[in-house]
This record gives sequence, structure tokens and C-alpha cells, in this order.
Amino acid sequence: MNENATKNGALVDVEGVDKIFHRGSEDIHVLSGLNLRVPGGEFLALMGPSGSGKSTLLNLIGGLDRPTRGTVTIGGEKVDQLSDHALAFWRSRHIGFVFQLYNLMPMLTAERNVELPLLLTHLSRSERARHVESALTAVGLSHRTKHYPRTLSGGEQQRVGIARAIVTDPTLLLCDEPTGDLDRKSGDEILDLLQGLNREHGKTIVMVTHDPHASARASRTIYLNKGQLSNEPLK
Amino acid sequence: MKFFYLVWSNLRRKKLRTSLTLLSVVVAFMLFGLLAAIQEALVGGVALAGADRLIVREKVSIINLLPASYEARMERIPGVDFATHQTWFGGIYQDPKNFFMQNPVEPEKFLKIHPEFILPADEEKAWLATRTGAIVGRRTAERFGWKIGDKVPIRSTIWTLPDGSYTWTFDIVGIFDGKDKGTDTTPLFFRYDYFDEARDQGSQSWGRGKVGWYTIRIKDPSQAAEVARRVDDEFANSSAETKTEPEGAFIQAWASQIGNIVLIVAAILGAVFFTILLVTGNTMAQAVRERTGELGVLKAIGFTNARIMALVLAESCLLAIIGGITGLGLARAITPVVAQKLAGLLPLFFLPTRALFIGLGLSIALGLVTGIVPALVAMRLRVADALRRM
Repeated sequence: MNENATKNGALVDVEGVDKIFHRGSEDIHVLSGLNLRVPGGEFLALMGPSGSGKSTLLNLIGGLDRPTRGTVTIGGEKVDQLSDHALAFWRSRHIGFVFQLYNLMPMLTAERNVELPLLLTHLSRSERARHVESALTAVGLSHRTKHYPRTLSGGEQQRVGIARAIVTDPTLLLCDEPTGDLDRKSGDEILDLLQGLNREHGKTIVMVTHDPHASARASRTIYLNKGQLSNEPLK
Repeated sequence: MKFFYLVWSNLRRKKLRTSLTLLSVVVAFMLFGLLAAIQEALVGGVALAGADRLIVREKVSIINLLPASYEARMERIPGVDFATHQTWFGGIYQDPKNFFMQNPVEPEKFLKIHPEFILPADEEKAWLATRTGAIVGRRTAERFGWKIGDKVPIRSTIWTLPDGSYTWTFDIVGIFDGKDKGTDTTPLFFRYDYFDEARDQGSQSWGRGKVGWYTIRIKDPSQAAEVARRVDDEFANSSAETKTEPEGAFIQAWASQIGNIVLIVAAILGAVFFTILLVTGNTMAQAVRERTGELGVLKAIGFTNARIMALVLAESCLLAIIGGITGLGLARAITPVVAQKLAGLLPLFFLPTRALFIGLGLSIALGLVTGIVPALVAMRLRVADALRRM
């Protein structure tokens, strides 16, 4: 991803995006003419009530869904115009996802879960093992590599999820309520980790959250309501 | 190979369900192997039949005898190299369940027309020199622990000795092997002159000078049909009309007396594999449905639709191949045991190598067929929708 390739210096450039879902004969307008720019290296928190379209926007940025209208450009690449195959390849190289419910494979150990994105690369087995070890060390779980998700706490599972997201060294981390299923202490540890990745490793992070405590850790917070963005919370 | 552990760990996710499905596949392929062995035992001889050999039997039924004088007449028919004969002896060794074939033959011609029976030269010489001599196949010799020099009493269910007794004693002078694995090495052959002389002197005048059937060696296998017609024409309108056919067709007709074996086997296997198709297909469909969310995660981190499809197909194929190989392996292990029990009834009972390859091909096909629908479903999943089901 060429971070300098964007026309306005933003790593993420969402321009005039509409997203309409169809339910039977009814059209549901989730996003309407939305514009968003995220500079490289920013830690952006995206807040808003349930059903406001936060996760939909995150999916569009991550290339998991396509806009009904408008363009989504990430690092100069118009991702909404890529084929499914090219989009999958692009995701594997440039995006790291962190999910609210961790979304780990229950039958794989922590290290095997973290290794999953590396299976799509040409790295050798030993190189993959080295990357996995680095990622798990970065999230403080180098002592739990052989553990299955069911034997890990929620906070530890989310750390594995973050290790999986960063193991390919993506430029953009997309986090969908990463602390939403955790207690305050574990949530704080995860936020510390994300903040560290942003500040020390320059990762650009877009984080969807309901929690003002979590958004306070971000460098900027924007609010989404009824498909529109604003810099002020809903009154 | 780097994706193997992912496929393998998915199979191990629901151990009980996978084990039960695997068991059903194993049983299906074991059955396939055993049925293939039965089919081989019944019709396998067709493939090994000599292309240059014709069988001549009585037109109405093989249990009706033919005159021994036909031999010389057959050898005068254009296209015939030479002819020789055998007769059903129907003997029992110690116990009726110890069944195996014993036939009186003309030793020199018999060995000449059946090169698939390998007999050492000194044993052949001994047979020609011993009127009561008999040669026996390796399998029967090993089964009863017979060796050269043994005297073996066999009780005929048809033929008596001059003194009226049914128990014939033969001197084992040779033990023959088969040229191929499919060669039947269970029969015992003894000399026709000894047999016929005893009939001459005994009370069974109806059998004197008569034989069971003829085997003809022809000069040109491509002329088999024409020679067969000439033979039957030669004996038309006689008291013992003949039916002549290639040896392969004769064996096929023999097997067909208990039904169309191929059709029966195909019908049983069809039913078994259809059931297995449903069982395995259901397992795979459930497996994919249960982990829709996980498939969404894999797609989110960059697995392409084609790769997801390949993973699901690999899983179903792995399940079917493990089951197939295990089932065929068990069949392979069981057949020698069953063959021992059925040595007399089905002397060629073994699992042919080609059946193993067919079985392996079937297991791959089973994996592909049962996996294709779940694989397509997995491939078409929209990532955002799938993630919502995590």
C-alpha cells in the first residue's frame, strides 16, 4: 500500500458513500453521502448509537462490503472497484481486523490462530513461526502459545486476536468494539496495546466503540448518526 | 500442505460425528472390497481364460456326458490344434465341507493346454509314470498338509471302483503352482486312464468311454467363432450334440447360473454408496453451516473464495479417503481369512489390485460429490453476513 498515493494525503478516503440494504421491498439507507478521511498514523474512534452504521462503514473501509454509491480509496487503491479475488488478496496484505468477540478458531492453538494470515504468504514454516512468536510477544502472550482459546481469558483471547491482526504488519487496523466484551481491566489492557501499536509502531487504527472511555484513548473521535458523520456527539 | 492442519483440525472438531461418519464410510468400502473379491471369485476367471481355448460340452447340460471318441474327430476339424477332456469326479476328502475340484485328465495334453499350471519337470515325469498318480494345487496341498509321496483317499459321490467302493486312493506325485495370482491352485488332477479302467471293470457301464467336457486348443484365436461352429456342426443330429464356446464365455455362463453377478454387486454397492453419500453429505453440510462465522473470519483475513471452496472440498475428500483406505485395508486383511473358509466353494477369492485402485478413485469421487454443495455454499458466503453469525 502506498500511503503517499492518496490525492489528499489521507490513508483512508471515503467519498460520497451511500450504503443501502434491501429487506424485501424496503430499502434501508444506512449511509448517505458520507465522506471520511483518515490520515496515516491516526488512531480514530468512531462512535454512535446502535444501528447508526458504524460497523457498515468499517466493513466498507476493510473491503468486506461494497458501497451502493461513492468510492472507498485506501492508500491510493480504489477498493470498491477490485474484484472479489483481488479484494481478498488486498485484505490479506493491508488490513488487520480485530473483532468484538475475538473470532478465534476454537480448534486451533493461539499460535496456529495467529499464523492463519501468514498461510496466505510465501513465508517458510520457520519464518512464519518467527513472525508468530514476535506478534504474540508484542501482545504479551509468548507464554500461552500452545493454549486453545477455551483455556484463555477474554482479555487473552482478544490479545491473540490482535496478534493475528498485526502478524502480517498491515498498515491499517480495523477494530470493531475490541473492548465490548471485556471487563474494565482487560479492556484497559487492550486499549493500552492498541495505543502502543499506534504510537510506537505507527499503525493507523480505526476503532468502532460505544464506550467513551475507549474513545478517549484515540487521537480523534467522530460520531455517526443516521448515516451522517459529525465531530460532535449526538445531543 | 501448510493448510493441512486447518483441514485436519476441522475434522477433529466434532469427534463423535466425524467418527460415526468415518465408520459408515469404512464399512461401505470394506463391503465394496469384499464384494469385489466375490465378483473376482465368480467371474475373474474370464479375464484369465485362454483366448486359444474352446470348451465343448453337451448341448443340453454339462452334466450329460460326451463320448470319448469325439476327441479324435475334433482333432480332424480344420482350425483345431488338439483336444483333451475332463470329467467331474465330485470327490470328498474326509468331510463334505472340505470341498475342492478333482478331475481325471490326460496328463500330457492337459499340461500342454493349461500352461498356467506350473509343474516341475521331474514331477511331471513321475505323474506320467504313476498310474494312480495325482497332482494337486499348492493351495490345497498346504490346506491339508499334503506332500509328495502321500497317499490320499478321496470318496467320490459319483464313481465307484471295481469292488464297488467309492473311496479312491491317489498318490500325490506333484504339486503345481499358478502362473498368475488369479490361477486356481485348489484342484487335484489324476489320470484318466486309471479312472476309465476302473469304470470299465466296475458296475457303472453308463459312464464307460464317456467324458464330461472337452477343451480344444485352436490354431488361430481370431477364428474361434468359426471353429466353434464347425465343431457343433460335426456333432449335429448325433445322440450327443455339442455346444462349443470360448473358455471365457463358458466361465461367464457358469457364473451366470447363480445370477448376473456384476448386476447384483452393482445394485448392492449402488444402495450402499447412495446411503453413504447422504450421510457424508449431511455431515459436511452441518459442518459448514456450524462454522459460517469462522469462514467469514477466514475470508476477512484474506482467504479467497476459491481457497475456501478448496478447504471444504479437501475436508470432505480427506474424510472419504481415510474411510476408503481403512475400509479397503480391512477388506484386504479379511479376504485371506474368508478365502481359507471358502477355499473349495470360491477358490479364486481375493481382492484384486485393480479393485483397490477403483475403490480409491471412488473414495475421492465420494469426497468431491459430498463436498461440492457445502463448498459452493461456503464459497458464496458474503463476508459481512457471515461475520454476523459468529
